[in-house]
Amino acid sequence: MTAVLEARNISRDYHVGGTLFGAGRVVHAVKNLSFSLDRGRTLAIVGESGSGKSTLARILTLIDRQTSGELFMDGAAVDIGRTGVTRDMRRKVQIVFQNPYGSLNPRQKIGDVLMEPLLLNTDMPVAERRERALQMLVKVGLLPEHFNRYPHMFSGGQRQRIAIARAIILNPSLLVLDEPVSALDLSVQAQILNLLADLQDEFGLTYVFISHDLSVVRYIADEVMVMYLGEAVEYGSRDRVFEAPQHAYTRTLFAATPRADVESIRARLARKAAAAA
Amino acid sequence: MHLLEVRNLTVSFDTSVGLFHAVKGIDLHVDAREVLAIVGESGSGKSVAMLSVMGLLPATATVTADSMEFDGRDLLTMSAAQRRKIIGRDVAMIFQEPMTSLNPCFTVGFQIEEVLRFHLGMGRTERRARAVELLRQVGIPEPEQRLHSFPHQMSGGQNQRVMIAMAIACSPKLLIADEPTTALDVTIQKQILDLLVHLQAEHGMGLIMITHNIGVVAETADRVVVQYKGRRMEEAGVLELFTAPKSPYTRALLAALPENATGDRLPTIAGFNPEDLVAQ
Repeated sequence: MTAVLEARNISRDYHVGGTLFGAGRVVHAVKNLSFSLDRGRTLAIVGESGSGKSTLARILTLIDRQTSGELFMDGAAVDIGRTGVTRDMRRKVQIVFQNPYGSLNPRQKIGDVLMEPLLLNTDMPVAERRERALQMLVKVGLLPEHFNRYPHMFSGGQRQRIAIARAIILNPSLLVLDEPVSALDLSVQAQILNLLADLQDEFGLTYVFISHDLSVVRYIADEVMVMYLGEAVEYGSRDRVFEAPQHAYTRTLFAATPRADVESIRARLARKAAAAA
Repeated sequence: MHLLEVRNLTVSFDTSVGLFHAVKGIDLHVDAREVLAIVGESGSGKSVAMLSVMGLLPATATVTADSMEFDGRDLLTMSAAQRRKIIGRDVAMIFQEPMTSLNPCFTVGFQIEEVLRFHLGMGRTERRARAVELLRQVGIPEPEQRLHSFPHQMSGGQNQRVMIAMAIACSPKLLIADEPTTALDVTIQKQILDLLVHLQAEHGMGLIMITHNIGVVAETADRVVVQYKGRRMEEAGVLELFTAPKSPYTRALLAALPENATGDRLPTIAGFNPEDLVAQ
């Protein structure tokens, strides 16, 4: 089986500054990333701000090109700098953004939000587009009567469902999820994570899940890549990374994550009592 | 006597579609040298309740309470001028977004010194020395140079440290932190939480942590109040809350944590009517 997604030594440099009188400098946002991901699997990318995870998301979703390295989708080489982006490529990969308040056009009805990808990337007639959008609404847990409503009439969780519906309406093989639950409340987060799991089972979707929340990552990922200053400092199966982290940065990250288990609370209270005595 | 005691607090907002009750009859108290966490999802009224204590709500808000006492003084009957003397000196607050709560037009040194001038009437050299000391206390390297920095020249974590420095400038008796680490990376979050708890213990302050993050509660709190849609669901010691949650809402909240997941789907919170669940 060929991997849905494979990256070989992907790098991305940005040139910043640079005026008439002085050369700018080069920021290596992403350095030599290599990974591959099979159909139906979830790769989590973990990192703090400035780690390059969003740059990677831009490359994977064909928004930005890599400076060097090779990217393969369903076995075919992809280099948008050379070939541009075709409709077929667009249909293979879609993205869901972090903030469902910013990622939906406030003046576009939900039905139009969902039909637009079909309009742009397929030759589907309007009746069929409408039919598919209605199906998709129900699929993500909304109702057909939501078709003619505007984004402001929905809660954050519902908007994230709309964003997910828009992303999967083209039947992509790869879905990039850029912090899809970090703007949501805990209870809504659980619903959206369940929805993503349901959709993955039903459509065999492959996820690249970008997050800084390690408890969510541990719950949803099959494989984990930890990024730090543009480099992958750790890459392996979820169990391997969580049980035996190799890199010092990964261990720092784990140590900094708040722990909500009873033993940790007991230990903290005991330390506090000892300090007060 | 408690440091802060609020009984039967109700906050409502006058909106175009009638009154909206953000907080519906909440009791809470915090003692000196105690860390109280108020935990709840958005819309639970946790921030509004604390803003009403600070007197920072807009004019459209109506605040009523049977009593609201800080350090033995009644905040409800106090004049606005009297209240301004307490707010910022004896009670200080830190907000979620360090980047937007500092004024971008002034150096951080000026902003810290302003607090000292207004509340303590310190002279110029004294203020400068105290500002340096405060920045050192909150762990900012090279504080003498940093006084001249503008907020945009510092990172989010450092700006939050400056906010904390301003908040503790007058050695407050009570510090209210409203989601102080939500905008920060986890490694920085850890540093800020450690700093807050350290300062709280060192100065013997009362600390109220407003948060939606169960992990932050587990890492910092002595006692916890759980709020949901303006109602108090539960109040318990932190260990008690995690080992034997009394309210069905708290149990559902803890079950929805991904780290507590048992099956391949998470249990979800649905269909709670807060009126049925109010803690007695």
